[in-house]
Amino acid sequence: MPERRTIRTDYLARVEGEGAMTVQLENGRVEHVELRIFEPPRFFEALLRGRSFTEAPDITARICGICPVAYQTSAVNALENLAGVDVPEPIRMLRRLLYCGEWIESHALHVYMLHAPDFLGYAGAVELAKDAPEAVERGLALKKTGNEVMALVGGREIHPINVRVGGFYRAPSRRELRTLVDPLERAREAALETVRWTAGFEFPERRIECELVTLSHPADYAIERGRIRSDGGLDISPGEYDEHFEEEHLERSTALHSQLRGRGTYLCGPLARFSLNHERLSPLALEAAREAGLEAPCRDPFRSIVVRSVELVHACDEALRLIDGYEEPDSPAVTVEPVAGTGFGVSEAPRGLLYHRYRVASDGTILDAKIVPPTSQNQRAIEEDLRDVVGRYAELDDDELRDLCEQTIRNYDPCISCATHFLTLEVQRR
Amino acid sequence: MSNARYVVVGIGNEYRGDDGAGLAIAERVRGRVPAGVTVVPCEQEPSRLIDAWQDADAAIVVDAVESGAEPGTLHRFDAGVAPLPARVFRSSTHAFGVGEAVELARALGRLPGRVVVYGVEGAAFAAGRGLSGPVEAAVEPAAESVLGDLDRLMNEEESCTNGR
Repeated sequence: MPERRTIRTDYLARVEGEGAMTVQLENGRVEHVELRIFEPPRFFEALLRGRSFTEAPDITARICGICPVAYQTSAVNALENLAGVDVPEPIRMLRRLLYCGEWIESHALHVYMLHAPDFLGYAGAVELAKDAPEAVERGLALKKTGNEVMALVGGREIHPINVRVGGFYRAPSRRELRTLVDPLERAREAALETVRWTAGFEFPERRIECELVTLSHPADYAIERGRIRSDGGLDISPGEYDEHFEEEHLERSTALHSQLRGRGTYLCGPLARFSLNHERLSPLALEAAREAGLEAPCRDPFRSIVVRSVELVHACDEALRLIDGYEEPDSPAVTVEPVAGTGFGVSEAPRGLLYHRYRVASDGTILDAKIVPPTSQNQRAIEEDLRDVVGRYAELDDDELRDLCEQTIRNYDPCISCATHFLTLEVQRR
Repeated sequence: MSNARYVVVGIGNEYRGDDGAGLAIAERVRGRVPAGVTVVPCEQEPSRLIDAWQDADAAIVVDAVESGAEPGTLHRFDAGVAPLPARVFRSSTHAFGVGEAVELARALGRLPGRVVVYGVEGAAFAAGRGLSGPVEAAVEPAAESVLGDLDRLMNEEESCTNGR
């Protein structure tokens, strides 16, 4: 092996968005691993200052093209929390339905277009589609159904514009929602097939040890509400987030690394949700998880593809349940008067916990905003996993090692588009 | 998404500087396209393209690119003939980019008969609103080029039909 080699890729393929990663090896020992994320949503936090609190859901929806509903939901949760408003049950159910649409679309994209090719030995979804068009079509159909749910409940515009503080601009009728039943029933079948498909993949044995953090709610598999809990005993309200979590500036990076104060690295997202909340999956999703051999806690990042597949079943099942039980609200929204103070909101984005905090003046002007996306929270856990993987497989040649690093990162479905622009991968050996 | 036989899709993110070029061009041609042409803005990831051009006979896609050319340069590719050059179409908002969407559709037999893809060379993709000067200046010429393509595609179609 030469004394020093450098490998560079233009970007890390098939991670949504772009960023950069550097691995430095010295005599086969890992010296440094760094996943750089250049742009957390600081631009949006600045954009929010001076705007009316009612604009927060629309503005934050623009942060990510994959999970606008997550941003909207955490925003309205925070601002309703500040005003002391609890939305009526039909509005909450509609929000949850909209969010299920986003989970379906996001998970279908990741499972089929980005992640599955890793397990099947394909460079990407295009190559997979040539050999297994029926699988890729199934993924696209699932994604489209998620899309349809988002378009109908969220409004037919490019971004779900129908969400507002206090509820919706317009609530769909029961009849309109019924049009989603057939596509969702087909999607549920496709999701069950997805679980069977991914459960048959081969998984290298991996286990990560960090604390698992998720929202939990006694009534359901937490998506749009809940308390922040961990398998290490954390159990706090959204308003206590800043007391327990901190963001650390790292040298050579504009990224902020989240950690649990005094406890260090943690992971949020599908593995954490399944591990802590699996008992509240729908019976069908729980059965699918059992058949797939998933056991809680699940600490294998490769198996996150099976967990996402199970969550696809749950999201379809849950959407159908919500439509079945839907009663049109008396009014699509409740009035939310501006209140001076600080509001805190969280929800479970497809990739994990999404935290919003707003300080608002008495006239409703936003004084400052803080947004912590799941990918920022998971960055430390991803780096630790990478460090371990590189250490174990340092004897691989550069191409193989690069592939393995890319897979390791993809296991976490990092939505780097929320945070960054360019992704280069550099392996240095000394 | 559309049953129209012709569709123009602008792809990008207007909060990412020049990444908004495709959306701006789509907006510029809206209202100037002939009847039967649908204009679709796509701010989500590009695999939605496959839904956007479902049932269309011809599609024109406009995206921002970063290939090292002069900012504002307009690249034009006939995607029906050959894959899009990876060197040009790599700076999409998401790594599952326009190039992948085209190839995925081709593999699945879901590519419209004619697909023209424009890439507008961007200068700045950092978070923020507004196009850079050279890209802003390229919006109108690009829009005219898209309209010219539409005109040609629709005339071709007509002459084919007449020739039968």
